[in-house]
Amino acid sequence: MLTLTLPIAIGAVLLAMALNLWRMAIGPTRPDRILALDTLSINTIALVMLLDIALGSVVYLEAALILAAMGFVGTVALCKFILSGDIIE
Amino acid sequence: MLLEILIGLLLLGGAAFVLLGSIGLARLPDFFMRLHGPTKATTLGVGALVLASLLHVGTEEGTGGLREVAVMLFLFITAPITAHLLAKAAQAEERRRTATQAGGTLPDGGKGTG
Repeated sequence: MLTLTLPIAIGAVLLAMALNLWRMAIGPTRPDRILALDTLSINTIALVMLLDIALGSVVYLEAALILAAMGFVGTVALCKFILSGDIIE
Repeated sequence: MLLEILIGLLLLGGAAFVLLGSIGLARLPDFFMRLHGPTKATTLGVGALVLASLLHVGTEEGTGGLREVAVMLFLFITAPITAHLLAKAAQAEERRRTATQAGGTLPDGGKGTG
């Protein structure tokens, strides 16, 4: 079961990441690009989780946690930059 | 065997939701429509994938658990916050654009009040 579903899931997530990259390339506005970057980081977490299942180890969970934290902080910083022109008021 | 089928279904469902969210991001016509795909569908999809990983690693190695739940909880908490901030940023951007198109400037420089 897993040998069949795991490649399908990885392919779907990779296709989703390609679509995010396309949206980040064509824009058209700055919030669009930030949203695409945020979705890309969330999809990276999904990919790390799939790698976790494929290799049967829990080592990559810390990477997923750090990616989640960094993606959130980065998105908030970029949004604050658009909202007020600087990040720390 | 039953658990493996459950893990496979969670994998397929999660990957389908992740793909659906990104298709929404790529295909919908307006930014405020595009915001819906990644913030709802992708979050649910990643949640299902994390749950599948939790079940798989938990049964294979007898370890794991709390950290997977932490990842899932963190994603579910931060997704609405980023969506809210992105919506505010897009509103400010749009207000700024309409102001420059009209030829004038807003008194607060398009920052908005919220």
